[in-house]
Amino acid sequence: MHKYASPKIFYPFAGKLLPWLAALTAVLLVTGIYLGLFVAPPDYQQGDTVRIMFIHVPAAWMSMFIYVVMAAAGAIALSWQVKLAEVLASACAPIGASFTLLALVSGSLWGKPMWGTWWAWDARLTSELILLFLYLGFMALQASIEDPRRAARACAILALVGVVNIPIIHFSVEWWNTLHQAASVSKLGKPSIHIDILIPLLVMFGAFKAFFATTVLMRMRNELLERERETQWVAQVVEQDK
Amino acid sequence: MNWTEFFAMGGHAVYIWPVYGIAAVILAFNVIQPVTRRRTVFKRLRQYYRIKSKAR
Repeated sequence: MHKYASPKIFYPFAGKLLPWLAALTAVLLVTGIYLGLFVAPPDYQQGDTVRIMFIHVPAAWMSMFIYVVMAAAGAIALSWQVKLAEVLASACAPIGASFTLLALVSGSLWGKPMWGTWWAWDARLTSELILLFLYLGFMALQASIEDPRRAARACAILALVGVVNIPIIHFSVEWWNTLHQAASVSKLGKPSIHIDILIPLLVMFGAFKAFFATTVLMRMRNELLERERETQWVAQVVEQDK
Repeated sequence: MNWTEFFAMGGHAVYIWPVYGIAAVILAFNVIQPVTRRRTVFKRLRQYYRIKSKAR
């Protein structure tokens, strides 16, 4: 396990995983969209807008999941100076920001017909917006520091401080009286949604996770080539690419 | 299946289709960006090694 943290071993290993992960993403994405648009019935209250949930809910889950991965990678990078963890943290940020943006926009497009408003400053929506700013802050901070190691350290601290926002997002719907409804899937005990809605939701979540795995590896490989350009193995990789 | 009815989405087409469209754009961007970046990285590194070997 330990040897996979070496960039030289990791680079070709990730390259071998990539086509499989990309294929898995494609299969799950097509299945999820098919189930969500064609198989799932309209909700008795939301009507067809329930189909927005198949994008919105998995995107929102991903926005938090990726942040936790990013903060954990940052913690490892800070404690043990693992280069691969630094690269992982920085590769997470743009993908996490993308899913956060998608969760916000899709939520807004659902809110208008269902709540009658595009936006409300309730705890759930506001804390998710703060999450977007945390991702953007991470990326801006990284871009502003020339030395990659120092940039990674500063960004890891930012990510770790910001991790306090994650439980706030998750529990906001219980702690405060929000316009946003409470969780229906991750509720303790049985999820309170119908199986025909739950399955496409979970398939789309799997699709987004596979998508994240694929694109994070792509970004990490790029970053590793640049950062390790003084090594023999990178020179070889570049030379062999024609 | 009636396609007109399908695209109408029970009258919510203006909200539902943009969500799927924006999702497609955001996902596509996240694929295209690392792919083009990879090309740039290889181009830059080839240049870098060329200059370095000349300087030696």
